[in-house]
Amino acid sequence: MALRHFGAAAAIALTVGLSASPALAVTEIQWWHAMTGANNDVIVKLATDFNASQSDYKVIPTYKGNYPDTMNAGIAAFRAGNAPHIMQVFEVGTATMMAATGAVKPVYKLMADAGEKFDPKIYLPAITGYYSTSKGEMLSFPFNSSSTVMWVNLDELKKANVEIPKTWPETFEAAKKLKAAGHDTCGFSGSWITWVNLEQLSAWHNVPLASKANGLDGFDTVLEFNGPLQVKHLETLVELQKTKTYDYAGRTNTGEGRFTSGECPIYLTSSAFFGNVKAQAKFNFTAVPMPYYPDVKGAPQNSIIGGASLWVMGGKSAEEYKGVAKFLTFLSDTDRQVYIHKASGYLPITKAAYAKAKEEGFYKDQPYLETPLLELTNKEPTENSRGLRLGNMVQLRDVWSEEIEQALAGKKTAKQALDAAVERGNTMLRQFEKTAVK
Amino acid sequence: MQKQAIFQSRLLPYALVAPQLAIVLIFFYWPALQAVIQSFLLQDAFGLSTTFVWFENYVELFKDAAYFEAIVRTFLFSFAIAVSSLSFALLLAVMADKPLRGSMLYRTLLIWPYAVAPPVVGVLWIFMLHPSLGVLSRYLRNMGVDWNPLLDGDQAAALIILAAAWKQISYNFLFFLAGLQAIPKSVFEAAAIDGARPMRRFWTVTFPLLSPTIFFLLVVNIVYAFFDTFGIIDTMTRGGPGTSTVTLVYKVYSDGLLGGNLGSSAAQSVILMVMVIVLTGIQFRFVERKVTY
Repeated sequence: MALRHFGAAAAIALTVGLSASPALAVTEIQWWHAMTGANNDVIVKLATDFNASQSDYKVIPTYKGNYPDTMNAGIAAFRAGNAPHIMQVFEVGTATMMAATGAVKPVYKLMADAGEKFDPKIYLPAITGYYSTSKGEMLSFPFNSSSTVMWVNLDELKKANVEIPKTWPETFEAAKKLKAAGHDTCGFSGSWITWVNLEQLSAWHNVPLASKANGLDGFDTVLEFNGPLQVKHLETLVELQKTKTYDYAGRTNTGEGRFTSGECPIYLTSSAFFGNVKAQAKFNFTAVPMPYYPDVKGAPQNSIIGGASLWVMGGKSAEEYKGVAKFLTFLSDTDRQVYIHKASGYLPITKAAYAKAKEEGFYKDQPYLETPLLELTNKEPTENSRGLRLGNMVQLRDVWSEEIEQALAGKKTAKQALDAAVERGNTMLRQFEKTAVK
Repeated sequence: MQKQAIFQSRLLPYALVAPQLAIVLIFFYWPALQAVIQSFLLQDAFGLSTTFVWFENYVELFKDAAYFEAIVRTFLFSFAIAVSSLSFALLLAVMADKPLRGSMLYRTLLIWPYAVAPPVVGVLWIFMLHPSLGVLSRYLRNMGVDWNPLLDGDQAAALIILAAAWKQISYNFLFFLAGLQAIPKSVFEAAAIDGARPMRRFWTVTFPLLSPTIFFLLVVNIVYAFFDTFGIIDTMTRGGPGTSTVTLVYKVYSDGLLGGNLGSSAAQSVILMVMVIVLTGIQFRFVERKVTY
């Protein structure tokens, strides 16, 4: 009996399978990403919705580990001739991806080849600028973007009778008062030391980090962040470190718990810290724009982004590219961008989506979610604030951190440390230039 | 005891060792050869442009003063890790070897930490000794110690050595315990009857009889400290503060895997390989003479 049913079922399955052969010709699109938790749910939902919206293409998302893991997996797969169609790459991997001409298919070209409607002007320039050439050609598709903001423990500031600081001198004063009011191990601190105190600091004050528009205009770029502004800033941090008014919290974001625990009432890190703050902080908080030096003309400029973008890998068929292009159009949809923004806390990438979220009153009770957008769109991006594109960025950051740590530990002066960071970094850039595909 | 086996067929012994040889060739010699080849190349991460540069990767390394510092640091770290984990494991093994109730239970418990992966070890120690997250660091601060391995290089180095040595104690313990149990009890009894006190019995009877185990573990521990500690360094300090915890193997890992600079990374791993071969050679040539099997 059971066997007969099985036979019948198999027969039906076979006929259905044969008769539905056009449906089997669905083009599969592999999407490798590095999102976990709630953000992974967002990715799965986007893929499912896209697959349900049409029947020619099927997007298959696969989690490949954290950002460096995903990128390494993609590179290894490419070397084995088996790369995915879409790869999520963090912003520091941008130069490596861009240098790999032939390994990637630039998004503007993809859209043109596939005949997909594509207007780069609908995207927020502060976000797309990072992933575009100087001619405005979009190379990768922005997906999850964040920026540096200053997280503030409102309860502790109130207790110490301190206003939310707007400038760096105000921040230093506030930290001193907070220290006097009992925060004797940490007045203020931050994560990602180089991102916050070199990269963002330079862009925010319209000062170059490197020549050639911070590397966007070519790989023959030279580091320039040992100028008076950056030296002065580091000197001040070194001075404040001695009394723990500022306390260094590590190269990555391992120190973020110091904010949520209440130890550091002022903390500079990514806006993507939002999820953790909301879940763990037992106090009133907000996020305000990064401080600036009022004596720098034109400051603040605009901030640059962190997060990741989607790169389309090379060597695929026209049909597959058509599917990828359709998927990118699907992602650019206003409602969908609003959904991504709300569900993940990352920024919307189109102007329309930002306007819509604002219209819906999304930022009324959560003004801190608008802060990174206000920073990014503060002014029209300049040569110094459009973004960074430096080769071997992961290693570069480690070298810069090493030197900054030497300064904070009192082994070198701020100037010596930054000079050394520039010199060592330039050697690495020349090395990268040699290997980049011309 | 007859040591020589007698094979009827001439081919059989070759057939029997063939799988073993194949595994060694595929999983050791092949990748090692790849590393040597890669070390002569300058290549982008995707392998799209490859230039043959002879010894340029090596020359660059030896021009870099930081590389020499890393070599010295690696030797210091390895020595400290091997000595501390060996001596502590020996102490534990000697104590666990005593006929006590429940010895099976705590012997098992002592072996467990070996199953922990290096990055997990790193995280574990971070939770104890991170300047802001750490439980122990609070006590240290209260005792007046300015504990901050994020900025103090010596403290960071101590932290890495501590975590790396801790991880290896279980493994050493296992071998020491087996070694101790292989020593015939009658030797101790004879020594005891002759009036030797416990400390003297240990140094004149146990220690020499344990020397093959100690020698074996010394080699294993040095190789461990050279090759297997990058996971701990990466999770705990990422080489910092400054460069005070950058060891040779961590540099291979960060330059190659994180930085995508495969040529330099390959050159470094070749140098590292040569160093360990030489080191092991020296150990077998000189230290082994002091070993009584």
